[in-house]
Amino acid sequence: MLKGKRGVVFGVANKRSIAWAIAKAWHEAGARLAFTYQGERIKENVEDLVGAFGKDTPLYPCDVTSDEQIRGVFEHVGKDFDEKLHLLLHSVAYAPKEALEGDFLSTSREAFRVAHDVSAYSLLGLAREAAPLMTEGGSIIAMTYYGSEKVVPHYNVMGVAKASLEATVRYLAYDLGPKKIRVNAISAGPVNTLAARGIAGFTSMLKHYEEHAPMKRNIEPRELGETGIFLASDFSTAITGEVLHVDCGYHIMGM
Amino acid sequence: MAEKTIEDKTREIIVEQLGVNPEQVTPNARFIEDLGADSLDTVELVMAFEEEFGVEVPDEEAEKLLTVGDVVRYVEEKQTS
Repeated sequence: MLKGKRGVVFGVANKRSIAWAIAKAWHEAGARLAFTYQGERIKENVEDLVGAFGKDTPLYPCDVTSDEQIRGVFEHVGKDFDEKLHLLLHSVAYAPKEALEGDFLSTSREAFRVAHDVSAYSLLGLAREAAPLMTEGGSIIAMTYYGSEKVVPHYNVMGVAKASLEATVRYLAYDLGPKKIRVNAISAGPVNTLAARGIAGFTSMLKHYEEHAPMKRNIEPRELGETGIFLASDFSTAITGEVLHVDCGYHIMGM
Repeated sequence: MAEKTIEDKTREIIVEQLGVNPEQVTPNARFIEDLGADSLDTVELVMAFEEEFGVEVPDEEAEKLLTVGDVVRYVEEKQTS
């Protein structure tokens, strides 16, 4: 379904990453992919993973808070892919750990700034550099979470940053629509990832969803991959600016 | 050959995750102080134990797992209960 499409994936940290689940699905659907990683700490991990897609799979370091580094990555990606890009996955978020515990009221100005810079502005930064390469149209996908719409205890500043990310998706969709570049977000139910485990009480969140979601279960990373294929493919060419919930229906519940 | 014990599997996971020598992974070895784990390592270890042993380790329990022996005891208890 994605044969001939070229994509770049931001946000793989290890095999449990949502970005990895979607990248695997994109790859299996025929897309050619490039990857980035944030920080030397996870470099080796990501190298081992993307090696599975072939030795020459492009992999670049990228701190998404640096416009210069973002520009550098897309220069490389342009060369790797003959100046053609169709897909961009943004699965990047960060807030200082202390901001994801306790109450929201205690969030420092700095924690608020960093969370928004890494988790929301970065989408704008990436889209700005990706768009000129998406000359045949494209699909940009960001990962978000329901804590942007409703209060999820402990999600705190991350929920506010995700609200910003979702609004960014809509404004980008407007700007890039005439270029046939679609911008959407997937609002995923909780997934047991390294990042998720930084949220206080995460394991009880999984239980809560299992008990309260209409489908009485949690989502599988594979299902995010499949939705990722759909939004990247030509089966969703009229969908843009959307936040698609992949959460076994949890978000429809009032109690 | 005898089946691998919980301790064997626990040690294998630690060696793999932290890149330490098997001899260092003694029952009293502490992940952070003795085996050089950082905060990401400790989360990754917990997730690897959960996957390997099919147990769930809530945050408040994970905080108490400081040594190799702590993990083995925790998993043994969970699996027999």
